[in-house]
Amino acid sequence: MANIKVNGETVSVDAEDSTPLLWVLREHLGLTGTKYGCGIAQCGACTIHVDGQPVRSCTYPVGALSGEEEITTIEGLSEDGSHPVQQAWVEMDIPQCGFCQPGMIMAVAGLLNNKPDATDEDIDQQITNICRCGTFARVRKGIHLAKTKKA
Amino acid sequence: MGDTIKLSRRNFIIGTGATGLTIGILASCSPGESADTPTPPMADAEPVPEVNAWVHIKPDDTVTIRIARSEMGQGTLTGLAQLVAEELECDWEKVTTEYPTPGENLARDRVWRDFSTGGSRGIRGSHDYVREGGAAARLMLIQAAATRWGVPVSECSVAKGVITHGPSGDTLTYGAVADDASKITPPTDITLKDPSEWTIIGQPKQRLDTVDKTTGAQKYGSDIMLDGMLNAAIKQPPKRGATLASFDESAIADMPGVRKVVEIDGQFPGVAVVADYWWQAKTALDALPIEWTPGEGSDFSSSAFEAELDEGLEAEEAFVGNKIGDVDAAFDSAAQIVEARYNAPLQNHACMEPMNATAIWTEDKCEVWCPTQNGEAALAAAAEAAEIPIAQCDVHKLLLGGGFGRRGMNDYVTQVVKIAKQMPGTPVKLLWTREEDMEHGFYHPITKARCQGALDADGNLTGLKIRISGQSILSGLMPQALNDGMDAFAFQGLLPSGVDARAEDQTLKYTFPAVLFDHAMRNPPVRPGFWRGVNANQNAIYLECFMDELAHAAGRDPLEFRLAHTQDSPQLAAVLQAVADKSGWGAEDGLSRGLCAFYSFGSYTAACAEVTVSEEGELKIHRIVAATDPGYAVNPQQIDAQVAGSFVYGLSAALYEEVTFEDGEVQQKNFNTYPSMRIAAMPEVETIVMPSGGFWGGVGEPTIAVAAPAVLNAIYAATGKRIRQLPLKDQSLRDA
Repeated sequence: MANIKVNGETVSVDAEDSTPLLWVLREHLGLTGTKYGCGIAQCGACTIHVDGQPVRSCTYPVGALSGEEEITTIEGLSEDGSHPVQQAWVEMDIPQCGFCQPGMIMAVAGLLNNKPDATDEDIDQQITNICRCGTFARVRKGIHLAKTKKA
Repeated sequence: MGDTIKLSRRNFIIGTGATGLTIGILASCSPGESADTPTPPMADAEPVPEVNAWVHIKPDDTVTIRIARSEMGQGTLTGLAQLVAEELECDWEKVTTEYPTPGENLARDRVWRDFSTGGSRGIRGSHDYVREGGAAARLMLIQAAATRWGVPVSECSVAKGVITHGPSGDTLTYGAVADDASKITPPTDITLKDPSEWTIIGQPKQRLDTVDKTTGAQKYGSDIMLDGMLNAAIKQPPKRGATLASFDESAIADMPGVRKVVEIDGQFPGVAVVADYWWQAKTALDALPIEWTPGEGSDFSSSAFEAELDEGLEAEEAFVGNKIGDVDAAFDSAAQIVEARYNAPLQNHACMEPMNATAIWTEDKCEVWCPTQNGEAALAAAAEAAEIPIAQCDVHKLLLGGGFGRRGMNDYVTQVVKIAKQMPGTPVKLLWTREEDMEHGFYHPITKARCQGALDADGNLTGLKIRISGQSILSGLMPQALNDGMDAFAFQGLLPSGVDARAEDQTLKYTFPAVLFDHAMRNPPVRPGFWRGVNANQNAIYLECFMDELAHAAGRDPLEFRLAHTQDSPQLAAVLQAVADKSGWGAEDGLSRGLCAFYSFGSYTAACAEVTVSEEGELKIHRIVAATDPGYAVNPQQIDAQVAGSFVYGLSAALYEEVTFEDGEVQQKNFNTYPSMRIAAMPEVETIVMPSGGFWGGVGEPTIAVAAPAVLNAIYAATGKRIRQLPLKDQSLRDA
């Protein structure tokens, strides 16, 4: 039984220590916005924030958490979908199937946390999420649009 | 859509809204713990006011448009709703959508007709009857208002869901008369609007399903949680044709959460571990000792299969798909003969959401929740596996986390029902790992082509031969669709016009004096599938890269050379010219350009790729200008999204994607060995949507075909080296 802090709330989780955080979030806490796409930290569909930094939760064992870390999932990124990245995503009508987008949005929000003026080069290096529908053209524009928005 | 899946609403554990609340709800629900009095999932929650099958209107004027086709990212939900709303004359701001179930369709004599979503047919295959559905509802609503007022219908008009009686100025909203309208006999004489009158069709409306996809609220099949649900992980025979010999259940009996180990027999066999949580099921399955018995195809090697494909390129016998003029005479009298060989490998769909389905089985009922491109086929698969009459089964569709043709197959539905059948009354969710998804796909077919062209002394193309050797999709999936053994669909985009009305949307639009296109069918023991763009993808490479080779061999400009064969297709010429003009074809600006034009799925598409290749052979695709003429453009901004996305799917395939087999087993198990394009490699895409009207073409697939050839031709322009082997990864783009 471990205590972890998710979206501002401390919760108690009964999962084996080796269980990836992704499955704790999805199965134990019902936070299914975070997706399983590959299980080997390749696709980024499972991206969440740990203390504001983007992390691929599919390879992050829950036992590695101390309980002090602030974990943020797509459900907790904003209360009402008003995070600048979410606003930009709606305005640009970015999602197609949408399955990769929670991870994409969390990765982008993490990038902009660290680099509010992220350049195309920053995007190329740090946004490595896979989107099979191919929303990348709008994602790039969406990132630049998000930079101009306020929460 | 997230909260509109009405039949299952009460049974969902909704993970949306305030997270505190969510966690509260979920903490109290342990897996496998059935509710005291389970709610019968098939019972309807509340009656929805129905004007007709397509249109439901609530008293608050909310319009729910019922959509039969599956949304997998292509935007069909929004596009089809636009078609209905156009004729309904409702307020677009009040439109929502909902899926009827395949069971409901069956019970109502298929009132929604076809649920199948593939072949870029969502809109072009149903635009007439869904618009008629909207128009019929409008006429009934106006009639209801006129009756209530006691005035002639001819004195009434409607705009944005408000009916006005002209002489008195009285108004009634759709919501106020929907109930009355539902009791009116549907009209039979319906005249659809002229396209010039459209105000919703043709507009770049925002998608109806965007917001939930940005907050995590959107529920996909893999997100389903039902009361008392258990989770299953599956292992299927790694080698082609292998069957299960044995497994040692005792080895994992004490592992956390394990409830049952089940064998899945039949066409899609495997072993599944059912546990409280999926991660437990997967962990236990990984530890389960399983023995497999090799079968036919268990020694298959794709590299060894190359020889069979090469033999097919030379074989005496082949199915003739298109024959025009005297091709032998053209070659006999040629001043120059050009020959080249190309290949296209096996590829996996690799939908972002791995295959999954959820089922609950009891002796007299079976219900399934799943992402599927074909709800009716999923229902049939469920009923067959359940061994229960189809009328006692139903399928609840969820939005797909990618489809691309993969989810037209319902193997995972069969599997989950076979698992659930061994645990009566317990809902079970089956989720494949990415590795299972990679190893058990329905792959893009493997083919090679030998292309031969005859040029006269003036550089005119007098004869063209393309021999395709390789796999047939129809032979593998629906042999009943073969014509005397021939797979006509193998000639997608190369077929003669005026021969088969069903294939008129996949015909050759160039005019050539003499051609012979034939197919030596060579099938590996690997199941093929319809893979976004299907056979148009490689056929466009074979035709359009070779056209480029011919142009250069003839010493002619590739644009001019192509346009010289478009005399019977002004639309093909138009898209080609449009991309050339917009790109600045012929400009000397340090960029190398490559062209491609193709007709498939009823639409004309063209692309001009602008690339550079460094001295070290590193490719950079700077920009692609793409044009598409789908006849009518229902939602131009979604067409733009599909066109741009098509370059990701098409170029990812051309650059990186190949599935290979050794000893019957797929070698690429995940995205680390089956790379997919990332944003850094994505070129800028400039889309020209140029609907010429008068026909309804597809949008989701046609552009895939032009992606690879345009880039390959641009690489040649940059380097002088022809790349004929796909994918490009691990190849030198410049001569060493």
